[in-house]
Order: sequence, then structure tokens, then C-alpha cells
Amino acid sequence: MYPIILLSVFGVVTLFLGFSKSKNILLPSTLLFLAIALGSNFIEWGKGPFLYFYDMLRVDNLTLAFNGIVLISAFMIAAISGGFQDNADSEPAEYYGLMLFSLVGAIMMIGFDHLIMLFIGVEILSVAMYVLTGSNKRNLRSNEAALKYFLMGAFATGFMLFGMTLLYGATGSFQLVAIQGFASNMSVASQSYIFYAGLLLLLIGMLFKVSAAPFHFWTPDVYEGAPTIFTTFMSTIVKTAGFAALFRLLNHTFAIYNFWWIVIAVIAVLTLLVGNIGATSQNSFKRMLAYSGISHAGYLLIALTALTKPTQNAIIFYSLAYSLSTIAAFGVLMLVSKEKAIEGQPNERYEAFNGLAKQNPLLAFVLAVSMLSLAGIPLTAGFWGKFFIFTSAAERGIIWIAVIAVLMSTVGIYYYFRVIISSYFKEGDTVRIRVAPFYQIILVLATFLTILFGLAPGIFEKLI
Amino acid sequence: MLTLLLILLPIAAGVITLLAGERLAKQLALVGGLASLGVAVFTWLQFDPAAGSQFGFKYAWVASGGISFAAGIDGISMLLVLLTTFLTPLIILSAFKNEYKNPSAFYSLILFMEAALIGVFTASDAFVFYLFFEAALIPVYFLAATWGGENRIKVTFKFFIYTMFGSLFMFVALVYLYYQTPGTHTSEITAFYQLQLSPSAQGFVFWAFFIAFAIKMPLFPFHTWQPDTYTESPTAATMLLSGIMLKMGVYGLIRLLLPIVPLGMEQWGFLAMILSVIGIIYGSIIAIQQSDMKTLIAYSSFAHVGLMAAGVFSSSLNGLQGALIQMLAHGINVIGLFFIVDIIYSRTKTRYLDQLGGITQSTPHLSVYFMILLLGSVALPLTNGFVGEFLLLSSVFQYKGWLGAVAGLTIILGSVYMLRLFQKSMFGPKSKWVEGFQDLTASERAVLLPLVIMVFWIGIYPSTFLKITEPAVNQLLQLVNN
Repeated sequence: MYPIILLSVFGVVTLFLGFSKSKNILLPSTLLFLAIALGSNFIEWGKGPFLYFYDMLRVDNLTLAFNGIVLISAFMIAAISGGFQDNADSEPAEYYGLMLFSLVGAIMMIGFDHLIMLFIGVEILSVAMYVLTGSNKRNLRSNEAALKYFLMGAFATGFMLFGMTLLYGATGSFQLVAIQGFASNMSVASQSYIFYAGLLLLLIGMLFKVSAAPFHFWTPDVYEGAPTIFTTFMSTIVKTAGFAALFRLLNHTFAIYNFWWIVIAVIAVLTLLVGNIGATSQNSFKRMLAYSGISHAGYLLIALTALTKPTQNAIIFYSLAYSLSTIAAFGVLMLVSKEKAIEGQPNERYEAFNGLAKQNPLLAFVLAVSMLSLAGIPLTAGFWGKFFIFTSAAERGIIWIAVIAVLMSTVGIYYYFRVIISSYFKEGDTVRIRVAPFYQIILVLATFLTILFGLAPGIFEKLI
Repeated sequence: MLTLLLILLPIAAGVITLLAGERLAKQLALVGGLASLGVAVFTWLQFDPAAGSQFGFKYAWVASGGISFAAGIDGISMLLVLLTTFLTPLIILSAFKNEYKNPSAFYSLILFMEAALIGVFTASDAFVFYLFFEAALIPVYFLAATWGGENRIKVTFKFFIYTMFGSLFMFVALVYLYYQTPGTHTSEITAFYQLQLSPSAQGFVFWAFFIAFAIKMPLFPFHTWQPDTYTESPTAATMLLSGIMLKMGVYGLIRLLLPIVPLGMEQWGFLAMILSVIGIIYGSIIAIQQSDMKTLIAYSSFAHVGLMAAGVFSSSLNGLQGALIQMLAHGINVIGLFFIVDIIYSRTKTRYLDQLGGITQSTPHLSVYFMILLLGSVALPLTNGFVGEFLLLSSVFQYKGWLGAVAGLTIILGSVYMLRLFQKSMFGPKSKWVEGFQDLTASERAVLLPLVIMVFWIGIYPSTFLKITEPAVNQLLQLVNN
């Protein structure tokens, strides 16, 4: 609850800071704001649950943990944004302001206890993202991506609203508790088709946001077209918030598990197939990461399909592991693509990474670790993320889905390793790539945490 | 605690080697390898074969899930730890004569690999086993893909994906078994032994394990990655792969597959046995036709490992003991042979048999060492290969007489391809490639001499090693037969 208030105020303050002559103040101030928000988030740790805003928002350790991931990711992303100094057209104050506002939306999605709150959260987050996607005003791809994202997103929001309406019609309330009560009353719930339809429509809207197949078609284009820094934002924060909200929703309708599990299971498998097989045929590293984002949505959906007691921790851990590696990967991509730019356009193809290990061993190492983690190779955080997800599927007794996921992880190794091969074993030019120290610290931090959680996942368990 | 030391020492040595810089890398790595050997020998001296798992440690890892970081050494582990620590310094020493670029990375990767291998052989928690099983792949992948031959990238990539694919199946099986354990679940391997699984579940778990280990070893028909990878890798990586890493697969069969799914063995063991025997014959026949010496030895290794697997699948005392002693013998012989190929290649710049010939004329030392290792490999009595091969064949013969007869062809075929290798390269008229061939240097002899001593030690007095493993194997068989 504190982060919501603080971030809203800070967002407005950031916009006003934009009037000042010096643009240099924006980056440090944003980082400071995010750090304060992150600190304030944990004031309520272990004390909850609290209900705020007329019982529309719930604050418990689960919410705080997800908030923590979102805020840490935002901090790291802001830190590698470099103040948007390189582009004369950019409006740093507005970008940072929108980032802060969108975090408010993400936090509302994470902690919603009332469908209206969910809707407001999704909208705040999405509208900010539509704008940021198109923020590279003079780039056609960026404009196209923004328009595509906006149209598709608006459509999905329509589904979501319709679903909420139906749920309201069936249960007479927007409160999650009331919906939960309705669902567990078997004799009534099993008769109410409006309720089922409403839930499905709401799920479709949410699944669109986390880019699950078959609602994923926007993802590759939008991720590729958007400026890389906002792609990072989308693929970590939007996804984490989306899964937190889905988890909440499904957890509260657990009484009708038999109804929705097969829906989620089929979508999970489909998402895995689309994401992994799509990623193999890409020539652009950035587009591959977009497909990889889809495939990771698939793994997280497996956890939701199982929805057992360890699922909660599995999702938190996986989101964290995924966010850390993704930020590191995009961080390296931003540097390399700018260095290897062709005619002023960043070069995001695999070939841009040729010989990276010689040009900058640190970047190559950061990239390799993040790829290993995304591929789920042991001794990285990504391995334990997959481990927890597979174990929760095994506990529910749906081994077949774990087998499909395993097969798909093998496919994953194929495309994640392509960039490792490029950077370590292929010859490139010998221009050394220089990295700003602060940038370096963030990348090293992400790598360090990835390895730390990979070696000792118990640390994380103690935190939760 | 000794186990922990055995795992951590190579890692520490590897990190030091990596940081120390290029000039000292070789020496530091060798010291690290020898120190590990020292600790392993010290462990061996304290080791009591009858006492089960010893020198163990156990730390909570994922406490709520009952997963702990645990390892210990029993007879089977002891033998393989000795093999690993004995061979690693020799592999490091054997690389001395080649100038590799970025040597500190090269030697530290070998040491990291050693740590991962020791981890696999000592793990007493299933997930720790899996973790090291996978982790071992990464150093050797980078070794092969960075310092390998022309096609290295493509070939090692296939190797990586292939083996990863297999072990992920094992992972699913382990997760499944983990959820079958009673109470709050545990992933101790011994707890998996106690599970009473239904026959059909055992069938699935059997295949999951089988695919993982069959790819690793490799068994027919999962071997297609192997000859290319062995040929394209730098010799040190080939030695690691063939001398030690291949043993991970056989070890996995013994440690996990046999005792966890005895009913699965009953249903499918025969099929697995047939595949192993096919591998023996198939590998040998292909080896006879090879012209590239490295590929020839790769196929011979493929044939030998088939026999080891067949021994394990016979699930008899002779079979298991034979497989274990053969792992030791094969590790020693194959590393020696690859080293000799590397010596010949480094002087003549060719590995093709039709371009070689007449090397014996100027190299008495090399010829003798080569001959001894070769005879060990074809299982001449009083050499190390004989003991293992004899035990293995007798176990296969007891399992099914005719299978034993087919598998027995390995002795004949083995001598054919090995003697052909020797004859074509060493005898005959001197080819233009071998002009001015120098005999062994001191450091090369320092690698070959320990290997040859071991060839005779195991051949003449195998019970030094057989008695390390015998109680553990008996215990294991008791589990299987109940």
C-alpha cells in the first residue's frame, strides 16, 4: 500500500522535474524513488494481511514478495536505461514518470481483492506500456508495435470487462472472497453457466497480458519493435504482475479446479510449443527473447495448472529467476546492438554477438549465465525455477505435462546456446566494447544473484 | 568431510589456476590434480569396504522439500573416485606438450570437470547426483568447443543437446520418484531403493533412466554423437569424455537403475541387454574399417562400454564386479591410447592409418608403451583388460548362453582392429609423414609409465580393486533380489 501512494506522488514529481533544465537529475531521482518504494514495501512484511481501499486491495506476504520482484526489476531496468540521453527526441521525464505510474498499476494487479481493482491495475499498466512501446517516435517499427499492442490490448480488455460483468451477474459481487464463496457452493456454482463463461473471458483477458498462446500473436512484433529498455520492462514486470494476478484469481476459484485445470493445461502446452518452436527459427536475438518470453509463460502456466501448496513459492522463485536473467540478457543486447549498429539502427541479430568473449569477457559471461539460467541448466536460478515447477506438477500427478515441458526445455537449449556459441566460439571484429561502471554493477548483480540462487535456493526459501 | 574436500579441492585449484594467469597455469593445475589424488589415496587408506557409505556430509539444501546436499563414499564410489583422481593429473600432464591459447581457462575447466565428476560418483542425494551429472557437461562442452577441431561447434552442439535431452528424462523420473517417497518427501537415493512401485511405473522409470545413461555411455542406437565428438575434441577433452565421463553412465545404471527399478529390469532388461550386445559387435565392425586413429579408438570405446552395460544388465555379482573393474581398466587403456595417438599426430600431423607406417624403426619406447596399452585393451591375460572382460563375458554367458557367445566375439574383433591399428601405424615401410620421428620425451613417459604400471597391477593382482567394491556390490544385489 505504501508503494502505491509513494509511486503515484513520485511519478507526478518526476514529471515536474522534467521542467528543469538539467536532465541529469532524472535518473538518480528515479532510482532514489524506486529505492524508497522498495524499502517502504517491506514495512508491512510479516504483519498482514491488511485490506485497504474499502477491501479492494489485499496486502499480505505474497503480495509483498511479488511487489518486491517488480520493484527490484524496475530499479535494475531504470539503472540500465542510462537516462535516455542518447536520443535527442526522447523525453526522459515522461518515460520515467510513466514507468513509475505503470508500477502502481502492477502493484494493484498483484494485490487486487476486488475485480475493479484488477481492471484499474491492468489499465494503468497497459496504457503506460502502449505509450512507452511507441516512444521511439521516428521509428516505424516502434509505431507499428505501439498501435498493434494498443489495438490488441484494447480488445483483450474488452473480453476481460465482459468477463467481470458476467461474474458480477452470477455472484452479485466483485469481491474475490464472494466469488470464492460462490464457487465453493457446488450446488449453485455447477448450475451457473454465466459464472463459467465470465471466468473464462476474464482468464482470456489475463492470458493475453502474459502472452500465452493462442493470445500471443502481438508479442514478437511488439517486443521487437519497442525500444529494448521497454521490452525489458514488458517482459519482466508485466509478466510477473500478470502471473501474480492469475495466481490470485485461480487460487480463489480453486473449488472449480476440475473445470479450469484442463483449459489452463491445454494453453500451457500450446504456449510451450509455440514459444519454443517459434524461437528456434529466429535470426534476431531480440525476437528470440520475445518467443522465449512466451515459452516461459508456458512454464509458469504449468505451475498454475498444478496449483498445489508449493506453487506459490514456485511462481515467485521462477518470476525472480526469469526477471534477473531477462534483464541481464536485454542489458547485454542493448550494449551490443548499439555497438554493432548498422546505418544507425541497432543490430539485434545473432551475428552481432560474434566474438563477444574477446571484445568484452564480462559481457559474454553475463550473457552466458543468463542464457544458461533461462535454459534451466543446473547451478543457476533458472534450474530451480523449473525444478519447483516440475515438482508441483508431479505432486498434482500430471507427469505428462512435465514430460512435454522437459522436451521443450531441450528445444530451449538449442536457441539459447546459439548466442553463447556466437559469443564464445565465433570470430568477430576486435573492437573492445566499453561499459559504464554503473551499468556493469547492475549486470554483475543480476548474474551474481542468478548464481547465488542457483547454488543455494534455500536462501530464498528463508526469505519467504 | 573427506568427500567434501574431494569435491571442493579441484574447484579451488581450478579457481586459482584461472586467476593465476597464463604462465603458471599448467603447473598449478598439475599440483591441484596431484593434491586431489593425494586426498583420494588418503581416503582409500582409511576406507573400510565393509562399512557402507563413509566420510559423508549432509547439509540442508531445500529444507522444506527434504532435499539435502549430501554425499558419501562407498566401495563403488571409492573405485571411481580413485579412477577420476588418478587420471586427471595424467590428462593435465598429457596436455603439457601442446600450446593452447588461454591455458588458464583450459586447465581450470579440466579441474572443474574433475570436481563435477567426483560429485557424481559420491552423491547420495538424487538431485545432487543430477546436478553434478549436468554440471559435468558444461566444462567439457567449453573445452571441446573452444579448443577442438574444425567442425567442433556443430559437433559439440549436437553432443550437448543430445546428452541434455537424455538427462532431462532422468530428471523427470527423479521428480516422480521423489513424490513417491512417504511423508514430507526426501530425495535420498537410499530412500528411493525402498519404494514399492508398481511394475508399469517401474517400466517408465526404467526407460527414463535407460535413455539418460544410454546416451551418456553411449549405447547403441544412441551413440551417433560420440565418434564425431571424440574426434573433434582436443585430446584432453576426449580423454575426459572417454576415460571418465562415460563411466558416469555405467555408474548411473549401477547406482540408480538396478536397485530402484528391479521389476523394470525384469520386463525390459533383456531388450537392454540385446542393445548392449549389438553395440559391441557393431562398434567393433565399424572400428575395423576406420582409417582415422582417433575415430577408431572412439568406436572401440563404444564397443567396450557395450560389454560393461551388458554385464550390469545381467545383474549378477560377476557382471557388476566385471563392469567396475573394466571401467577402471578401460579408463586407463583408452586414455593411454588417445595419448599415443596425440603423440603421433603432434609429430606427423596426420592421424590416418594409410599415411602412417614404420614408426617402430625409430621409437623403441613408444612402441613398447603402445603395445602394452593395446594388449591391455584387447584383454590379453595378465593385463588389466582381461580381468574385466572375463568376468563380464562369464556373466553374460550365465544370463543367456548364446548371447555370451555373440558378445564373446568382441575378443576376436577387438584384436583385429587393435592389431590393425598397431600394424598399419607402427610397422611396415616408413612413410614420408614419419620422417624424423622423435621418441618419447620425459614428460610423455611420465604420463605413460603410471598407466602401464596400472595395466599390470590390475592384470596381475586385481583383488586390490575388486575387494574395494565387493561388499558394496553384494549389498546392492541383495537389494535388487528382494
